[in-house]
Amino acid sequence: MVSRVDVTPAAADLMRSLRGQHGPLMFHQSGGCCDGSSPMCYLEGEFRTGQSDVLLESLTIDGVDEPITFWMSASQFELWKHTHLTVDVVPGRGSGFSLEAPEGVRFLIRSRLLSEAEIGELGGT
Amino acid sequence: MTIYSPPGSDGAIVNYETRYDHWIGGEYVPPARGQYFENPSPVTGQNFTEIARGTADDVEKALDAAHGAADSWGRTSVAERANILNKIADRMEENLEKLAVAEAWENGKPVRETLAADIPLAIDHFRYFAGAIRAQEGSLGELDDDTVAYHFHEPLGVVGQIIPWNFPILMATWKLAPALAAGNAVVLKPAEQTPASIHYLMSLVGDLLPPGVLNIVNGFGVEAGKPLASSSRVAKVAFTGETTTGRLIMQYASENLIPVTLELGGKSPNIFFDDVSAADDDFYDKSLEGFSMFALNQGEVCTCPSRALIQQSHYADFLGAGVKRVENMKQGNPLDTDTMVGAQASNDQLEKILSYLDIGRQEGAKVLTGGARAELPGDLAGGYYVQPTVFEGSNSMRIFQEEIFGPVVSVTPFADYADAIKIANDTLYGLGAGVWTRDMNQAYRAGRAIKAGRVWTNCYHLYPAHAAFGGYKQSGIGRENHRMMLDHYQQTKNLLVSYSPKAMGFF
Repeated sequence: MVSRVDVTPAAADLMRSLRGQHGPLMFHQSGGCCDGSSPMCYLEGEFRTGQSDVLLESLTIDGVDEPITFWMSASQFELWKHTHLTVDVVPGRGSGFSLEAPEGVRFLIRSRLLSEAEIGELGGT
Repeated sequence: MTIYSPPGSDGAIVNYETRYDHWIGGEYVPPARGQYFENPSPVTGQNFTEIARGTADDVEKALDAAHGAADSWGRTSVAERANILNKIADRMEENLEKLAVAEAWENGKPVRETLAADIPLAIDHFRYFAGAIRAQEGSLGELDDDTVAYHFHEPLGVVGQIIPWNFPILMATWKLAPALAAGNAVVLKPAEQTPASIHYLMSLVGDLLPPGVLNIVNGFGVEAGKPLASSSRVAKVAFTGETTTGRLIMQYASENLIPVTLELGGKSPNIFFDDVSAADDDFYDKSLEGFSMFALNQGEVCTCPSRALIQQSHYADFLGAGVKRVENMKQGNPLDTDTMVGAQASNDQLEKILSYLDIGRQEGAKVLTGGARAELPGDLAGGYYVQPTVFEGSNSMRIFQEEIFGPVVSVTPFADYADAIKIANDTLYGLGAGVWTRDMNQAYRAGRAIKAGRVWTNCYHLYPAHAAFGGYKQSGIGRENHRMMLDHYQQTKNLLVSYSPKAMGFF
């Protein structure tokens, strides 16, 4: 099954922990300066998505009952859609209002190019 | 050459406290929950102080103090407020070197920049708004012989400000100076990566402001920033950061029907027309420095000229000379006045930059110099250093479209004027841009055609007060650095006065 977004085991661990502490989660990928280009993790519904956003993936995480949605603004997606994203986690201070920052860690996106076959399966985008 | 001793070591000219609480109501107040977090220096990766971990309770306490102070502060004369801002500037000037070292240690930026730019600009900014508020006038409109519309400026009341980590003192000043000048009380949250240097500043100037006029709550975005940004007790929120948090802050503001100003970054083009290379003179040398400006503050600038567009007809020669200039940059100890490139502000910032060096290569961009983490010896080995990097590629690549916020420039050629403008505007953002040419007609046309709030023309990275700064497109809302910023911190009061003794005749 081809996906646009995967998670590393460490990131999945952190998602399980944050889910347990706070409740259902969502991601919105940021752009711009400072902590831009980082995925922001919020309580599901905290960040209002709309017509200007694209749902890239509903992540299934072992031990988390509901899917964790991963969103991006549509304009940014146009520039990212040829790449596959992996949510990882690194030590850091973080910023923005992302839920993991107080844990001393920060979600981070690692990217690779999607193959022609993957792009085909994802609907030719 | 001077090498400053790290704060806290023998011979240091400035030292941090071992702990900072919240600054609320003119005194230091411990966090309600009693928790603190460590603050490392990116120079070495070692912790140097601990910081109160604020929560909603602390924000409420700060808002109480601010509301207690706002009315009387808003009624002080402009002369009194201007005097206080000038005194803040004077104290900063007297302690310029200490502030510069303190900020370099906390942020990782080279002290030559804090000595020559960050702190002098902050000092001037307070003086500028001291002058601007003295010179501000309301207006009156004589509507007819008996009726006059008077317009007064009134402060908003209590405002919330969320400060980024790339220029901890200067960015705080950009927001504080106009807000205080306009008569507002402030609750300010520093970035969790760089919370301490503003407290060092408060140790110098904290006594100058009446208690409660300026309150500082430290902490993480989700724990302290969110309660501030979503509070129904603030009349406005100012934020510098990125797009997702910017949208979230607008969302909270919409719930409270309050205005926001947002500065959310960019992907600024720096355009070098071929006449730049018409002579090997001072201007050519200045242009090469302009190309190298992407490394200022390690690229951690919202207006980092991170896309260099070089006209095809001088592409190879100009780029070759530019790369050579970059290779001559001295990277090392930020506290050495000879150092040009210091440390990235945090480990996660370092990791993010490395992830972009990776995807840049995968997309086929060519590394002309740099391209890796910089491994420095001794105490610096634990710090967060990235080699100044020049990529060559095309504008559709992600390294051309996303703010890496590192010392990384992505270079691409253009054919002619129209091609330059097309590439320059092919971005989601519109904060800064640079235009380099000896032809001032071309400079003017290009400057007007680029959809960005600030177009540096034959210069780059100047941030003087009295030149408006802010973004087009997804780069944000509002302008800073100019007296028009006072409008973002003031209400307009209209008194519509009739001097006629006669009834209108309706009833």
